[in-house]
Amino acid sequence: MDAADSAPSRFVRQYALTQGRVRSTGADLELDTLVQSTARGRSTSTGLPSEQRTILQLTASPLSIAEISAHLHLHLGIARVLVSDLVADGLVLVSERSGGANGPDLPTLERLLDDLQAL
Amino acid sequence: MTSRLSDPVSPAAEPTRLSARALKIVIAGGFAAGKTTFVESISEITPLTTEAPMTHLAIGVDNTGDVKTKTTTTVAMDFGRITLGETTMLYLFGTPGQDRFWFMWDELVRGAVGAVVIADTRRLADSFPALDFFESRSVPYVVALNTFDGKLSHSPEAVREALSIAPGIPIMAVDCRRRAETKQSLIELVKHAITRKRTD
Repeated sequence: MDAADSAPSRFVRQYALTQGRVRSTGADLELDTLVQSTARGRSTSTGLPSEQRTILQLTASPLSIAEISAHLHLHLGIARVLVSDLVADGLVLVSERSGGANGPDLPTLERLLDDLQAL
Repeated sequence: MTSRLSDPVSPAAEPTRLSARALKIVIAGGFAAGKTTFVESISEITPLTTEAPMTHLAIGVDNTGDVKTKTTTTVAMDFGRITLGETTMLYLFGTPGQDRFWFMWDELVRGAVGAVVIADTRRLADSFPALDFFESRSVPYVVALNTFDGKLSHSPEAVREALSIAPGIPIMAVDCRRRAETKQSLIELVKHAITRKRTD
């Protein structure tokens, strides 16, 4: 990140995008939650801030919250709030949580092992 | 219209969740232990960085002394991605460079498969904080001894003793630049996580 990216004005602008909200509501969005735009999301082009339109384009294929944050140079919390609003509007779908407090279940781990060995 | 189901444009028939899913593994270790090199070796994308501003109390953990100060810092996390099959993405998240960002580690390990702790055998003590963290949170982990230039200063068993690592936890030598070796350490981690899950 260069110096211009960390300038206060940029920081303020990011929070203005979300009306000051730093926590997402509704959807349970983790760093690795996948996001994909719906058909309606991809055909929506008006009435949204450019960041949200960019998210809808980027997520034609599934992309994680972390990747959205990195690609758009948005802080994690901001990316979460923007995606959360898109979820509420039915413009994107998100993936299930990858695992509870004890991590993914046994069948998921066994499939992961097979997939890694086949890599 | 009495039923949403009879409405041809009703969203009720559409899925509400993606069928694709993500898994994550945490790559931890001391400063310059080789976390980024590890992620680079196996990620299908050039590693990306996500940032989060954090306001927190720093309590006597800085070199500045034992004072309580409220500070805002930006926590940066590097990560990579491996696509597995049609529907699964595996993300590898490097832990933030400074051990004091523990609150971010909590988020990183939530729902994670487990962690690979990369240790530099010349600076073993640097891996203590990560080991303590994963032990205290019961997160499955394996220890990867980074073989800088093919050399290990201590054998895996000497490291096990020095760091008091329980017998069941895999420790292996890994050249973090080599995909075959980093891949193998991920496989060992998943095997270890499966063993733990079966004996729970």
